[in-house]
Amino acid sequence: MLTSSRSLAAGAGLVITALALAGCAGAGGDQPAGGDVTLTLATVNNPQMKDMEELKGEFEKDNPGITVNFVQMEEGDLRAAVTADVASGAGQYDIVTVGAYEVPQWGAQGWLTDLTDVLADDAEYDVDDILPPVRAALSVDGRQYAVPFYGESSILMYNKELFDEAGLEMPNEPTWQEVAEFAAALKTDDRAGICLRGKPGWGDLFAPLTTVVQTFGGNWYDSDWNAQVDSPEFTEAVQFYVDLLAESGQADPVSFSFTECLNALSSGKAAMWYDASVAASILEDPSSSEVAGKMGYAHAPVYKTEESGWLWSWNLAVPQTTKNADAAIAFVKWATSKEYHQLVGETLGWTRVPPGARTSTYEIPEYKEAAAAFAPITLEVMNAVNPEQPGVDPQPWVGIQYVPIPEFQDVGNQVAQLVADAIAGRSTVEDALAAGQKIAQAAGEKQQ
Amino acid sequence: MRRLRNVIITTATWVLVLLFFFPIAWMIVTSFKSEVDAAAIPPRFDAAFTLEQYAAVFDRGMTPYLVNSLMASLGSTALVLVLAVPAAYALSIRPIRRVRDVLFFFISTRFLPVAASILPVFFILKSLGALDNITALGLLYAVMNLPIAVWMMRSFFSEVPLEIVEAGQIDGAGLRTELLRIVLPIVLPGVAAVALICFIFSWNEYFLATILTTFEARTTPPFLASFVDGRGQFLAVLSAASTLAVLPVITAGWIAQKQLVRGLAMGAVK
Amino acid sequence: MTTTASPTADATRIELRAAANRVRSRHARLLVAPALFFSIALTQIPFLVTIYFSTLRWNQLRPAEIEFIGLDNYAVVFTGPDFLPSLWATVLITGTSVIMSLVLGMLFAVLLDRRFLGRGLARTLMITPFLVMPAAAALIWKWSMLDVNVGMVNVALDAVGLPAIAWNTDLPIATIIILLTWQYTPFMMLILLAGLQSQNREVIEAASVDGAGPWRTFRYMTLPHLRQYMEIGVLLGSIMMLQAFDPIAIMTKGTGGTKTLAYLLYERAFIGLDVGEAAAFGVVTVVVTIVVATIALRSLFSVFVKGGER
Repeated sequence: MLTSSRSLAAGAGLVITALALAGCAGAGGDQPAGGDVTLTLATVNNPQMKDMEELKGEFEKDNPGITVNFVQMEEGDLRAAVTADVASGAGQYDIVTVGAYEVPQWGAQGWLTDLTDVLADDAEYDVDDILPPVRAALSVDGRQYAVPFYGESSILMYNKELFDEAGLEMPNEPTWQEVAEFAAALKTDDRAGICLRGKPGWGDLFAPLTTVVQTFGGNWYDSDWNAQVDSPEFTEAVQFYVDLLAESGQADPVSFSFTECLNALSSGKAAMWYDASVAASILEDPSSSEVAGKMGYAHAPVYKTEESGWLWSWNLAVPQTTKNADAAIAFVKWATSKEYHQLVGETLGWTRVPPGARTSTYEIPEYKEAAAAFAPITLEVMNAVNPEQPGVDPQPWVGIQYVPIPEFQDVGNQVAQLVADAIAGRSTVEDALAAGQKIAQAAGEKQQ
Repeated sequence: MRRLRNVIITTATWVLVLLFFFPIAWMIVTSFKSEVDAAAIPPRFDAAFTLEQYAAVFDRGMTPYLVNSLMASLGSTALVLVLAVPAAYALSIRPIRRVRDVLFFFISTRFLPVAASILPVFFILKSLGALDNITALGLLYAVMNLPIAVWMMRSFFSEVPLEIVEAGQIDGAGLRTELLRIVLPIVLPGVAAVALICFIFSWNEYFLATILTTFEARTTPPFLASFVDGRGQFLAVLSAASTLAVLPVITAGWIAQKQLVRGLAMGAVK
Repeated sequence: MTTTASPTADATRIELRAAANRVRSRHARLLVAPALFFSIALTQIPFLVTIYFSTLRWNQLRPAEIEFIGLDNYAVVFTGPDFLPSLWATVLITGTSVIMSLVLGMLFAVLLDRRFLGRGLARTLMITPFLVMPAAAALIWKWSMLDVNVGMVNVALDAVGLPAIAWNTDLPIATIIILLTWQYTPFMMLILLAGLQSQNREVIEAASVDGAGPWRTFRYMTLPHLRQYMEIGVLLGSIMMLQAFDPIAIMTKGTGGTKTLAYLLYERAFIGLDVGEAAAFGVVTVVVTIVVATIALRSLFSVFVKGGER
């Protein structure tokens, strides 16, 4: 041996002491002092959440003794960090921001505080004001585990000026075939006919692509959880998407997701864009967009279904492990209340009110005026989508552009990577989906 | 002729250095633009100068994150030096069996990808109550950098001629004098390079900090990443935040490179 | 030193050395022990836990179904379609990036070792790519340099009349290699520069007086001297680039042959949420790396070939 056992003991002792000291310091750090409560809130770093952090002082002022600390993270990091925390019961966060994909799963696991009664008991909070499809996506067996902070659907955004120049007219409810023709007509050497997400990821490429698949009559699984990724409908839809990108889409599609397309549209480098409805509020902001006032908005393009928009919400939830449940619930209610929407409108501007969560938001006169270009269609689409059966055939889950099972984000990511190879021309759509079918089938079997 | 060649080489050096530095230079330029100008297509070279991005970073309160980063980086680097200097010295100058095994062990601790070890570490820290703890993070950074430090310093130590050490021993120098007074000054430039590299790795470490800390012990990298807006433009503010985060390390780099310039002081000992 | 010592003096010296060696090797163990035990305690406990996790069926979102399944996760690793392509991607990307950053690092080290106007500033500027947080660096490259519309690389290509390159779509592997090379060249330069500084100037000057040209001096004197620094650079660079994650996560998302083991592991653990499988991939990665590193070190690295003795 290299060393005596005595120094081994000494070395190990040193490390354990250091860790123990570290442990004590950690345990002491977040103990509330003198009845004061410190809440730690994990959130995705989207603009609406940054506004919430800016305004949290109002809540702290009204609730002396409560401090709210914001931990902002990029979407992928938030998922990694919060999942590890909540699944292990580490209980570091008092409030977490959870996507619509996770809420039903985490709720069913018993990880999130059941908010049904707390919200129903508060008449002033008016829980029935929350958009019904959004609320349905956040509930398991009638119990609600989270409240939407903001919600969105997907719409088709187009540059009216370019359409007028070309003598084209966009119907309010276009079909994908029409959109493909428009895109081909509007494509020039330095402008894309349409901008579509191509960045591989279940929440990037496959958010719009799943809605295309569904309106083409395909889906991830049939009603018995058999994977349908290599079905003719799924294949036709993906082939259509890949061809549309190749013929009239933006250059370097694999790099593009929401922000990249937003920049292209804002600079007039694309004529159309099919993406989240919240994009409209950014495109209509003259301080960040060259096309403000020139944009038109239409329903998500369809083929075999009536409506094809997706449904997404970022929600606030209270993990079961928190020691400060009451204070946490108080904050969650405040941040999703009607008063909060008033507060945002009055202090930060009416276009910055979190959209797609409450019906009453769309009745505020100032909001209706400020968001006239996109508020009506957002509300219209969000109430029209059907998360229980978005496609042609029934599905055994609630959700549109995602399947709320633990394996889906992995399946979605891997199939997205395969499709990205097809977009780049390194493989064919058939080969990509044949490989994807196997991945999806393995995950589906765990549900059977 | 010789002068002309010197001028050509110097010019070529500067061209290459500036080419390499260009992305950073452009980052600094971008940090003084508005988001709209930063995202403009085609890129704008005449954008208006603004400090709004720096104001935005400071508004969010960067200081606690910088303090945490400094504590974790300085603490771990100090610990690494304290552990690695004697170890590397022993592994290079003094005869010891199984040098190869020990060296191999050190480097093998870096073979497990962080993504695989982070959940085990998470559970261990959770059971010790040491999540969101800057000391724990610093210890992890130290163990992460230790192999790099041992291996690098061992190379510098093996440059020290044995005769110098032996001369010291004949003069009756003890172990401590031998190490601190005789050997260490000779390898100081190398130690500076090692310290700089360890400091940089700790300063920039992102993944462990994201998963293992929440608020109290949050360091700068996760804070920086929080400017990457999933739903809007962020390039200018990210550039500003990155520029601010790089400043302390540039300072450290400047100091360390001064040490490097001195060169190993062989001549002085001879 | 003394070349004309008498035989008796030599014998005394050998005896003295032997006695000194015994004391010194005891001291040496004492000096290595703290670092060794610190390292063992903080890395081997997590590693044992990782091995344990690798024998469990454990999806983070299915906590009720955690169970011992023996080597099933390893069966997934070896029979699934992911491992071999990922291993190849890792070897290709890491290998190319290490070689390119070593060559460029050597070039810069030699250039910046000369005395010239603004050397200190040039050195500091050269180190900066290594100072920027890898995630931020990847984002800045993605947006400011390689973006098809606003990236400066494509602006430069446009200026000389070449078409813009769709980096992430058409050249994913090259994109990652460019980024890693840019980021790690300063690291290699730092090590090699320190190596150059430790070179005995008198010998070099003597060589040039003897009429050896700069190339011959470099080839036959500097390069051999730098060998162990190059080895350290290659070794440490490989270890770190093996773990490279941010450029892939931010730019290519693992498409087009860029799904390295580090990225694959991240996907298993944090997208697939499969703790057991991720752990199994991790353990296999360690074993493979140990095998490759042992062969490489024993056959190529002078430190190991010579047995580390002096």
